[in-house]
Amino acid sequence: MIGVESLSVAYGAVQALREVTFEAPPGRITAVLGANGAGKTTLLRTISGLVSPKEGRIHLGGATLTGRAPEEIVRLGVAHVPEGRGVIGEFTVEENLRLGAMIRREPAGPLLEEQYALFPVLGERRRQGAVTLSGGERQMLAMARALIARPRVLLLDEPSLGLAPMVTAQLMHSIRDLCASRELTVILVEQNAKSALRIADTAVVLYLGRVVANAPAEEVARDERLRQYYLGMVES
Amino acid sequence: MNAFLTSRPVSDILTGVTNGVVYALVALSLVLIWRSARLLNFAQGAMAMIATYVGFVAIAPHANYWVAMVVSIVAGCLIGALTERGLVRWLYGKPELNPVVAMVGFLLVLESVAAAIWSTSSRGLPSSFSPIDWQLGGRPLALSPFAAYEIVTALLVMGFIAGLFRFTKLGLRLRAAALAPEVSRLLGVRVNRMLTIGWVLSSGVGAVTAVLVASNYFTGLTPTAMDGVFAFGFIAAAIGGLDSPGGALASGVTLGIVLQFVSDYVNANDVILVALGLLIVSLMVRPNGVFTRDAQRRV
Repeated sequence: MIGVESLSVAYGAVQALREVTFEAPPGRITAVLGANGAGKTTLLRTISGLVSPKEGRIHLGGATLTGRAPEEIVRLGVAHVPEGRGVIGEFTVEENLRLGAMIRREPAGPLLEEQYALFPVLGERRRQGAVTLSGGERQMLAMARALIARPRVLLLDEPSLGLAPMVTAQLMHSIRDLCASRELTVILVEQNAKSALRIADTAVVLYLGRVVANAPAEEVARDERLRQYYLGMVES
Repeated sequence: MNAFLTSRPVSDILTGVTNGVVYALVALSLVLIWRSARLLNFAQGAMAMIATYVGFVAIAPHANYWVAMVVSIVAGCLIGALTERGLVRWLYGKPELNPVVAMVGFLLVLESVAAAIWSTSSRGLPSSFSPIDWQLGGRPLALSPFAAYEIVTALLVMGFIAGLFRFTKLGLRLRAAALAPEVSRLLGVRVNRMLTIGWVLSSGVGAVTAVLVASNYFTGLTPTAMDGVFAFGFIAAAIGGLDSPGGALASGVTLGIVLQFVSDYVNANDVILVALGLLIVSLMVRPNGVFTRDAQRRV
């Protein structure tokens, strides 16, 4: 269980998050929706420690995450797949995965094989430069690189960005499966609200840094009034 | 064959390679820091010079050459770590000119301190390699045991650094931290520690370089012993591309050979002019360096 308690973040004079509170339980997907600039990415960056909050607290199980550095937070089991995926293009597929496995104190070999079994296309391309992968393959690599560390919490920032609708559908499906089979806590930030609401259990809607809705995904999907908040920009 | 090996052009190439591997080591040392910290370490030569004084004069003045060399390398690594933690860490994120001014200032401070403690008179290092060229059929080959020692040592150091970066977990982390610091932190890489290790490695390479330079029978160790070598190494790094360790080697050796031909066929006094000319031309034609791929980061 990851909990966010009245979290406020400011970049200088700009208030990015205002007293955001919600909980994300294990084995469930919590979608965070909102238009551009609603604070979705800031929320994930604050959970993973890249941004320090002005006020508020984030906790995972009994541990407080706020105030810790990103490299410590990932060791507590929080994996963050950043927007644009953060795959290192100059590295091979396998080097990217090895980097992800670094915090596990065990031989990388079996961990790599496990990911190749999960994402066979990555196994086929293990020696290829990550820069040669397609958008969908890169997203798989970014997911595999996060999963190889066996996290308890997976933070996904716009995984569908730039992907074809078919690929997005497959991706959402595998996020659903992974979440259920590994008791993962998934926090899914998406502008593609339709896809996200289809797989999410709960949806948190952010508008200008505030939580305007926190309810079961079907309810949010049904609520006409909420759409104006998260359909601000794109819907495909 | 002997006549060929002792001919004037081959002699120039051999001498050029001997000088060039030293430039290449300086360039490698600069590249190691540039890649991780985007900072040009103008004090690189002076830090290495201090490390050599510490090893050969302060701590182990009567010791065996190799013992003193190891002490110098350890001292160099420590100086690198202390410089990063104590000075450079405060310069990250400041306007670009600040680190330049700070490092040039640091260079002057180090050279003055060395002169104050150890005086400016030259000291010979007890290298056991003869500086006298080997003979082939009664004619000198432009290669001495000392030159061979320089070349072999330089190649060993470069091989060690290349292997470390290519094949070890630490190397993977160091490369990741340099290429994508934020993503690396998200994957648990302690990027600040990697920066310090980058300085340690760079200064270790620097210390080996300074020991080689100061072991030269004809120059010895002085507070300014590294100035000339640093200038050429810096030019080699700028021409080869500050992002490319392989480019540092290629460009250092090429510069050494070209300058030796200039010195032999034109005029020894024109060497620095030609080096600066090459630098200007290469910066105009390929500002990111001859050996840097035109990387458009897409990730």
